[in-house]
This record gives sequence, structure tokens and C-alpha cells, in this order.
Amino acid sequence: MAASITFGNPAATMGAARATTERTWVRWSLIGIAVTFLATFLFLPLAIVFSSALAKGFSVYFAAVREPDALAAIKLTLIAAGISVPLNLVFGVAAAWAIGKFDFVGKSLLITLIDLPFSVSPVVSGLIYVLIFGLQGLLGPWLAAHDIKIIFAAPGIVLATMFVTFPFVARELIPLVEAQGTEEEEAALTLGASGWQTFWRVTLPNIKWGLLYGVILCNARAMGEFGAVSVVSGHIRGRTNTIPLHIEILYNEYQFAPAFAVASLLALLALATLFAKSAVEWKARQYSEEMAKMSGESL
Amino acid sequence: MKVQLKQKSILPGFGLAMGFVVLYLSLLVLIPLSATFLKASSLSWQQFWHIVSSHRAVASYRLSFGASAIAASINLIFGLIVAWVLVRYTFPGKRLLDSLVDLPFALPTAVAGIALTTIYSPNGWIGRFLEPLGIKSAYSPLGVVIALTFTGLPFVVRTVQPVLDDLDKEMEEAAASLGANRWQTISKIILPAVMPAALTGFSMAFARAVGEYGSVVFISGNMPMKTEITPLLIITKLEQYDYAGATAIAVVMLISSFALLLTINLLQAWSGGRLKRGSREDVNPEIAELGAVTN
Repeated sequence: MAASITFGNPAATMGAARATTERTWVRWSLIGIAVTFLATFLFLPLAIVFSSALAKGFSVYFAAVREPDALAAIKLTLIAAGISVPLNLVFGVAAAWAIGKFDFVGKSLLITLIDLPFSVSPVVSGLIYVLIFGLQGLLGPWLAAHDIKIIFAAPGIVLATMFVTFPFVARELIPLVEAQGTEEEEAALTLGASGWQTFWRVTLPNIKWGLLYGVILCNARAMGEFGAVSVVSGHIRGRTNTIPLHIEILYNEYQFAPAFAVASLLALLALATLFAKSAVEWKARQYSEEMAKMSGESL
Repeated sequence: MKVQLKQKSILPGFGLAMGFVVLYLSLLVLIPLSATFLKASSLSWQQFWHIVSSHRAVASYRLSFGASAIAASINLIFGLIVAWVLVRYTFPGKRLLDSLVDLPFALPTAVAGIALTTIYSPNGWIGRFLEPLGIKSAYSPLGVVIALTFTGLPFVVRTVQPVLDDLDKEMEEAAASLGANRWQTISKIILPAVMPAALTGFSMAFARAVGEYGSVVFISGNMPMKTEITPLLIITKLEQYDYAGATAIAVVMLISSFALLLTINLLQAWSGGRLKRGSREDVNPEIAELGAVTN
């Protein structure tokens, strides 16, 4: 619309164009600066992970990702993510329903509290569980007496992972559910649907892309968390090491090629995450455009 | 009283959902966090102060906060340029770059840490060129800044991008037609409009950097008093079974992150307010939503 406004005088049009964009050399140097910055900080780290992983050939690479300690680390990582992601997903949906569909006092405080784990240092996130469940912790003596091990064992790793990935799904869904309002659900309920039917048939289809997006981010963080898990794990090889902790041990033992080989698995996961994220964003945009068109037609 | 606390709605499930949210939040987050303060309260004020003001602790704050401030500033400047380039210009590979901006969110910090260390070590891809110039990048405070710049890179780009995207071109055209040159338009119209979002991104990058551990421990070299960040000091104290010391430092970190969280919320309220007061009558709901997403 704005572009269709033309001036009679061609010189004036050109002047307007120059005044609302930059000269070509400015434009290309800004592009150059941005590309150089991103290449240095993003491309180079990715490139070095894969080139170092394969520096000693494919046999070293495959040996590194198939040795028993690496497999044990992969298994523990899958367990930690397999427990924390579904739990945080259920939490996220419940939080989105309560906060997005209802009005109550203290709403913004609750949202801030849900965001808390994001602003806490990963190291502190691990420490808080050591202070509760560790030998010198609040529940330590009781747990020791009952022979229950949480810190320096798998349960501690799961707890720390749950903490650091706690807000992901919720913070993705809350604004989405809020923006969608309650009219559609009210219509379904008035027409005789039960609460659960309304949720499954009306609410869930509306938020599915945001939900998927949150789960993808939550999973990436769950599998890659290092600081919090490092504090609670105790670094027992083959028993309480996740993939990132296994990488740290290999690296500190100067086994660079194996360290990067295992790291390349996580780098591939990161690339898959970015790809899935772009795909979901594209799908979500398509979906909302379709919805907008449909509501436009019904008016 | 009850009616006042919650507005009436015909939708079911508030009690169930709210009950679960509060229970899960308390068990996983609130109770463990308050346990830290409880543990710290077993220290006397003098003991607490002695630990948190020791030379080694103060040196670690200086490094953590100083390096985070520098890294966040680098991200502010380059983030504005990257966001501008991605929104306003077209060039080959733009979409790929755009999706790659989120890499620091997706790449595990330990992987980033060993990758950056290898790049900047004296015989690494970049380190070998810095070494002859007398610049020590890995195992020095500069290395800490590099790692923190990486981890905070997406924040400013992602907060500024939607604001730039939505900026009314008509305002720029109006400025231009009233005789402003391009630089005047940018500095008087565009920059003030994106500044709240940019500052929000800056403080998010800063807050993230202060607590960051994984990407820094490999590249910093971890020398006490010189390249030891505060989170690492907590780990060192834990490994020496000094639980009281670790807790005291953790309390300092927690208080600073709460203060930063408050700052970010205030900044966001400010940028939200600015948008509402803006020249457009219809406030795009998407911006409000994005503001909440990046919260």
C-alpha cells in the first residue's frame, strides 16, 4: 500500500527510495559484518566438532560411540529425557489451561515463578538438590538410613534435568492459549461436550504446533544439560554419566577424537532441533493463516 | 472472597489444573530453592559475609559479571546488526542463517565449550593467528568473554527481530519526506523504537551469561583469582565438601538472578507500554505474545 504512493517527479521518487533504505555499499557491508559474526561464532564451532570427530577416521569415530561407557551414557541420557520431558509436558499443558483460560489473582506472579528455573545458574540448580538429598542435606540422614540413593545416582540426574527443563513447554503454551481465548471451548461445552472432550477436540488441535515446539526445545535441553547434572552425578563412569559428562571426561583425558565423536551426536541432535523448529514454525504460520482465512469467510 | 480471587467461567478443570501446577511447582522448584536459603541461614551473618566477600569470591564475581557485561554488549551491537540485516535485506543463504541463530540454544554447552576451546587454543583455527599478535584467547579472561558471547548470541537478535519486522515503514517514509536523511531516520525513529526490546535482549543475555558454566569451564583454564567464574567456585567448594561455602556463594548468585529477572520483567513492561502508546491504534497481538514468549 505504502509502496504504491508515487510522486510525479521521478527524481523525488528516487530521493524517497534512498531516504528509506541504505546505500548499496552500506547494505553490503552490514550484511558482511553480520555474516562474518555469525560464521565465526556459529559455523566454526559446528565445523570443528565434525572435523575433529572424524580427524582420526571413521573407525575411531564408530569405536568411540559404541564403547560400553558411551552406550551407558547414551542410555542414561535417554532415561533422563524420557522421564523429564513427558512430566514437564503434562505440567505445561496444565499450566497453560489454568493460566491461559482463567482469570485469577496472582497470575503474573505465578508466571514469574514458572520462569524461575531459567534464571537460576545450572550449577545452583544442581546444588539445591544436593542440599536436600545429599549426605549432609536436609533429608540426607533419613535417606541413608533407608538406603535410598538420589544424589550421585540416576534419580538425582533426573531431578536436575526436570528442574532445568521445567519452564519450556509451559512458557511456549501459556501465551498461545491466552491469545486463543475461550469462545471455542464455551461453544463446545454449550453444545454438550464434556470437559475432556472439549480439551482433546478443541483446545489441543489449536495448540498442537506450539506444544510440539516446546517439547522439541525441552528435549534438546534435557539431553544436553551439563552444569546441573554435573553437580549431582558424581561422575561414576558407566553408571552416572550422561552424554555431556562423558564428553567432559574424554576431553580432560586428552582423547580429543573420541570426545568430539560423542559430541557430534549432540551436535546432530542440535541441528535436528533447529530443523524441526523451523519446520514447526512454518507449519504453525500456515495453520494460523488458514484459521484466519476461515474466520474471515465465516464473517 | 473466593469469587473475588477468580473470575467466574463455565470452563471446567481450573481446580485440577491449578492444583497440579502449584503442587509440581512447589515440589520441584520452590521447596528446593528455599532449602538453599534455609541452609544458608545456619550460617551466622559474620560467617556468611566472610565467605561471600573473600578475595577469591570477589575475584570470581568480577570476572563473571565483567565478562558477562562485555559479552552482552557485543551481543547488543552485533545482535542489532544481525536483526536488521535479517529483517530488511535479502541475500542468498539468509533463511539458513536465520535458523542457525538459535544454535546456542540447541547446542549443549559442553559441546560448545570443547569446540570453542579447540578453535581458540594456541594451535587452533583462530588461536594460531591471535597467538603471534600476543593475544591469548583460550585459558584467559578473553576466552570467557568468547564463550559467553556464544551462549548469549540469540537473545538480542530474537527480541529485536519481531519489533523491526512490525515497524511501520510509513513512519520512516514520513521522516524522509519531511527531509530527514537516512541516518537521522535510523537514529531518531528506528533506534528508539527497538531500544526497549534490545535492552531486554541485552539483560537476558547478561543473566544467562552470569550463570553459565558448561561452555566456560573448558576455555577459561579455571585458575583461581584469574579465570575462575562464580559457578565454578561453587563446584570447587562442593568438591572440597565445603557445603556451607557453596551455599553462601549460591545465595549471592540466586539473589542476583532474582534481581535480573525483575529487571527483565520491568523492561518488558516498558517495551509493552511503548508499543501500546505507539502511533498505531491496532496493537498487533503477536507482539504481545512474543513479549510473553521471550519473557
